[in-house]
Amino acid sequence: MTKARARWLLLGPAGLWYAALLVLPLAVVLVYSLGERAPAGGYAPALTLAQYANLGSRWTAFQNTLVLAPVGTLAALLIAYPLAYFLAVKSNPRWRTALLVLVIVPFWTSILIRSYAWIFLLGGRGIPALLADLGLGDIRLINTPFAVLVGIVYGYLPLMVFPIYVSLERLDKRLLEASSDLGAPPWRSFLQVTLPLSLPGVATGSMLVFILLMGEYLIPQMLGGGKVFFVGNALVDLFLQSRNWAFGSAMAVTLVAVMLVTVTLYMRFLSRIGAARDDVGLM
Amino acid sequence: MRIYALSVYIFLYLPIGIIALFSFSAGRSASQMQGFSTQWYGKALSNPFVIDALKTSATVALVSAILASVFGTMAALALSGMKGRIRVLFDALIYIAVMIPGIVIGIATLIALVTVFDAVNPWLEAATGWRLSMGHGSLIAAHVLFTMSLVIIIVRARIEGMDRALIEASSDLGAGPLATFRQVTLPMLAPAIMAGFLLSFTFSFDDFIIAFFVAGSETTLPIYIFSSIRRGVTPEINAIGTMVMGASLMLLVIAQLTLRRGKAPGH
Repeated sequence: MTKARARWLLLGPAGLWYAALLVLPLAVVLVYSLGERAPAGGYAPALTLAQYANLGSRWTAFQNTLVLAPVGTLAALLIAYPLAYFLAVKSNPRWRTALLVLVIVPFWTSILIRSYAWIFLLGGRGIPALLADLGLGDIRLINTPFAVLVGIVYGYLPLMVFPIYVSLERLDKRLLEASSDLGAPPWRSFLQVTLPLSLPGVATGSMLVFILLMGEYLIPQMLGGGKVFFVGNALVDLFLQSRNWAFGSAMAVTLVAVMLVTVTLYMRFLSRIGAARDDVGLM
Repeated sequence: MRIYALSVYIFLYLPIGIIALFSFSAGRSASQMQGFSTQWYGKALSNPFVIDALKTSATVALVSAILASVFGTMAALALSGMKGRIRVLFDALIYIAVMIPGIVIGIATLIALVTVFDAVNPWLEAATGWRLSMGHGSLIAAHVLFTMSLVIIIVRARIEGMDRALIEASSDLGAGPLATFRQVTLPMLAPAIMAGFLLSFTFSFDDFIIAFFVAGSETTLPIYIFSSIRRGVTPEINAIGTMVMGASLMLLVIAQLTLRRGKAPGH
């Protein structure tokens, strides 16, 4: 058996899988998005952009996603950064690995059960009941955008901490010594040395969280109670309840397109910041 | 700083802890702790719907993890050191499979398979009396797509960090390619494959959104939990949730230990 043939045999199953379960299904979604809804639900062949023209009728879902996904990413970043900084710089090296593992572990347990825990905590007999005891009566938390944000931060915090930790941990400590030897106060060293050098980690973490949030369904479903509707919730409704496959496909294609555009713009923005920083470095 | 870190850890673990605590409540109320008992665990484990869902989830997770590890490792081996158009194509496919939101994968798999089944079934039924439908097969197929990509990434990273000299030494000493693979390459890759297997199992077992679309008439454990939560919060769900989290944690610890043991010598 030749080496080239062995290679084809090894790649065969994976290639088949990608062709039948990734390329074909995505092509079907693309084709269906140009079709129409069959009278009994499902898909009827057609070649029209009518579904795309109708996207405005689900504008709220796009609006909620495009507001809450960036806001949630930012909130997770603001909470994750100090923790990553503590782990990489301030924590006792003996406990560092254990502390890091403790952050990551929840991410690999079911997001369903972790969101459920917050239904419990934010629901009528959880935190609102405690607040009522303190004299702050009648505060509703569950089924609000706030509850969805809490769920988002809770669900995706580990994914944000890890890349930031990695970039901070790799940071050459001698740069900070040099900065302080040259008379910079600690806050200035942080702003001019630590923060810029940790940007790649910030970029990776934000991107991962943002991408996952764009397709989120469970958190708004469970903590938003149908009042805070994401694109994902609209997709479930269109495919599993109203069975409007053509419109649902157009929405899915738009979701992926919006995601790709945002991520590309973000990458370009980051490389521009990076380029600007290099210029400063050269001066 | 330390206090800040401590409060984030409390934020991360308090909700999980409360679920675990309330699962041991003796009362019927899910939101009030009344005494201590393990009765809800007994109830959950004797509920036939739970057992059925658990069986489906475990079977699907086991089969997809095995397929993902085998196919993923094969692809990683073929792709290592490969250049040209095929390599670029596969890199793109792996990237797309990991990046596309699970919900879009679920939808795409659903409508593609339903379309194919509708086209094939009349012919197939006439020929064999048998018809294709969504269920175990579609669940496994959709899960393998994602988890196989995960295994390729993990195993390829390991291959790139591997000492090539050992493989050359083995063939210099007269071992054939198969013997070299069995005695040198495979043992070196074993920890990465094992970690990939365990992560695949955990992913498949915990997945809700893809299964929600492609499960057909089957009910996986996450689907069961999701629909029970809709009907109301009960201590039984707390018990099931605690068991599921416990199982994932155990697998994670094993995955970490194998991956670390594999890295220890030489690195």
